Amino acid sequence: MAKRIDVSGLTAYYGTHRAVDDISLSIEPRSVTAFIGPSGCGKSTLLRTLNRMHEVTPGGRVEGKVMLDEEDLYGPGVDPVAVRRTIGMVFQRPNPFPTMSIYENVAAGLRLNGTKKKKVLDSVVEHSLQGANLWKEVKDRLHKPSSHLSGGQQQRLCIARAIAVQPQVLLMDEPCSALDPVSTLAVEDLIGGLKEQYTIVIVTHNMQQAARISDRTAFFNLAEIGRPGTLVEIDETERIFSNPSAQATEDYISGRFG
Amino acid sequence: MSRTDTTAPAQRSSRGGTADAGERPVGAAHRRGATDVRLAKRRLPRWSSPLVAAGSAALGCGAGAAAGWHNPVQWALLSALLFVAATYVLTAAVEGRRQAGDRVAASLVWVCFLAAVVPLVSLAWTTVRNGSGLISGYFLTHSMGGITNIQPGGGIYHALLGTLEQVGLATALAAPVGLLTGVYLVEYGGGRFAAAVTFFVDVMTGVPSIVAGLFVLSFWNLGLGFGPSGFAGSMALALLMMPVVVRSTEEMLKLVPHELREASLALGVPKWRTIARVVLPTAAGGITTGVMLAVARITGETAPVMLLVFGNPLINPDPFAGAQESLPLYVWNQYKLGNDASVDRAWAGALTLIAFVMLLNLLARAVARWKSPRGTGR
Repeated sequence: MAKRIDVSGLTAYYGTHRAVDDISLSIEPRSVTAFIGPSGCGKSTLLRTLNRMHEVTPGGRVEGKVMLDEEDLYGPGVDPVAVRRTIGMVFQRPNPFPTMSIYENVAAGLRLNGTKKKKVLDSVVEHSLQGANLWKEVKDRLHKPSSHLSGGQQQRLCIARAIAVQPQVLLMDEPCSALDPVSTLAVEDLIGGLKEQYTIVIVTHNMQQAARISDRTAFFNLAEIGRPGTLVEIDETERIFSNPSAQATEDYISGRFG
Repeated sequence: MSRTDTTAPAQRSSRGGTADAGERPVGAAHRRGATDVRLAKRRLPRWSSPLVAAGSAALGCGAGAAAGWHNPVQWALLSALLFVAATYVLTAAVEGRRQAGDRVAASLVWVCFLAAVVPLVSLAWTTVRNGSGLISGYFLTHSMGGITNIQPGGGIYHALLGTLEQVGLATALAAPVGLLTGVYLVEYGGGRFAAAVTFFVDVMTGVPSIVAGLFVLSFWNLGLGFGPSGFAGSMALALLMMPVVVRSTEEMLKLVPHELREASLALGVPKWRTIARVVLPTAAGGITTGVMLAVARITGETAPVMLLVFGNPLINPDPFAGAQESLPLYVWNQYKLGNDASVDRAWAGALTLIAFVMLLNLLARAVARWKSPRGTGR
């Protein structure tokens, strides 16, 4: 069920400001691809163009192609709602729905799209929570408010919520930046398990994290503040961190700038 | 002098919080230079504020009485001035100028608080004292039918019923429109049309109630030829209520974090469902409070009701045909008659009106608490 993504000639704007310029890259199925780079280089923006969340921001607009297997996400007649059902997203800060219980949060994607059968929902909720390594911790309090969970548990709840709708691809925008090391480890383990089934793209500021969990890494940079971000290179993670082809990549990962 | 000598009084004063100037070796800080700055300073004891307040009140009232002022408001003003001045002088002498400024600001807040609370309590107390005598099951369940103006007795049932119907109809008209307008402005609007809507909502907020009444009068009664009715009043009340609902809905929706909308959209939920199932439930408590407060506001409106509902001493349960009564109108009419029996009825009517509005407010708070996102400490 995992699909491959091919981005070609993609440029994203906020109003008249060009945030990323002419990006072309491929994301392999059933693997983890990490986006790294200094702040403002457009890695989050690029991530959000992959499930058409970029256009939710006022003024957000995209040129170029994003192919999901054989289909162009920005082709004519493509419904962004259908795209987002296929390509799920986990955000930087845990954002469970505060009016809903743990169970309702996980079931939200299905319920809000019209599935009502309790049996189906029950099994999806259990499966997703197990998939997110959270089932054991919450199975006795499924109907308690989600806000009673810790930050790390909330983030795993958000991952469970994202995988409950069975997406083809999972996008993660710095999913561990608001978490402590123990919760980070839990989420990283989870990502390692999820890649068996999903195509995963993760934006991270933590280079050790990118080295630990990703199969391929893309490095982005920007010439100066206010200029659009560009892709410097994308390669096997091992090569990026040991023997990158661009000097800028080597400078960045060895901490000489950024 | 050893180190323990200088730290001991500082610790003691920070624990006790009282002045200990007498124990401090004078000039010790100067001799040691900037490296040994004392953090604990002389402080006024905690009971000093109430003592100053009591002293200034006593002095203010005493001086007022001695000068032959008869109005207690003058006494209170003098006491308040004395309180603020004494607080400043005392604190500046003991604690320093910055702390004096702090305490003066605090004492001004207290004075303003009292200036707001005293009239409120006085109003509530006067209404209860004058109005509670007449309140009874009979008063609440009977109309003024068959009672002459100067005769005691009668009741308020027709006015209560009229107010409930008129306010209910006005809410049914204004709340959905206001709610949807607020949703449009926050979730969809952004262009010139939204700016125009915002502008007209602002204009509507400033429309005097009598103007809203006159508008409905010229349009509904004079233009279309309908007679006075509860519904005509409801339309004017709805005009007054709508901008309040729009504003409060807008503010509450703006408080919903953008991350929640994104989380829902990223699950592949359509925008309208995101608004209906995620955004509105999150803001439900605040929106309900806003609507209830708007209801409470229009319940006391008199001018449009006077023009459009007209007043009726008998029970008219049909808000769509014929003149009705309402609580504010009842109070006005009874007070205007000017005899003992009718003034008593006016007080009782006022008390009923206040109780009704207070009940609505309490209900709004209960709903807000019940509906607010659970366990987030908000």
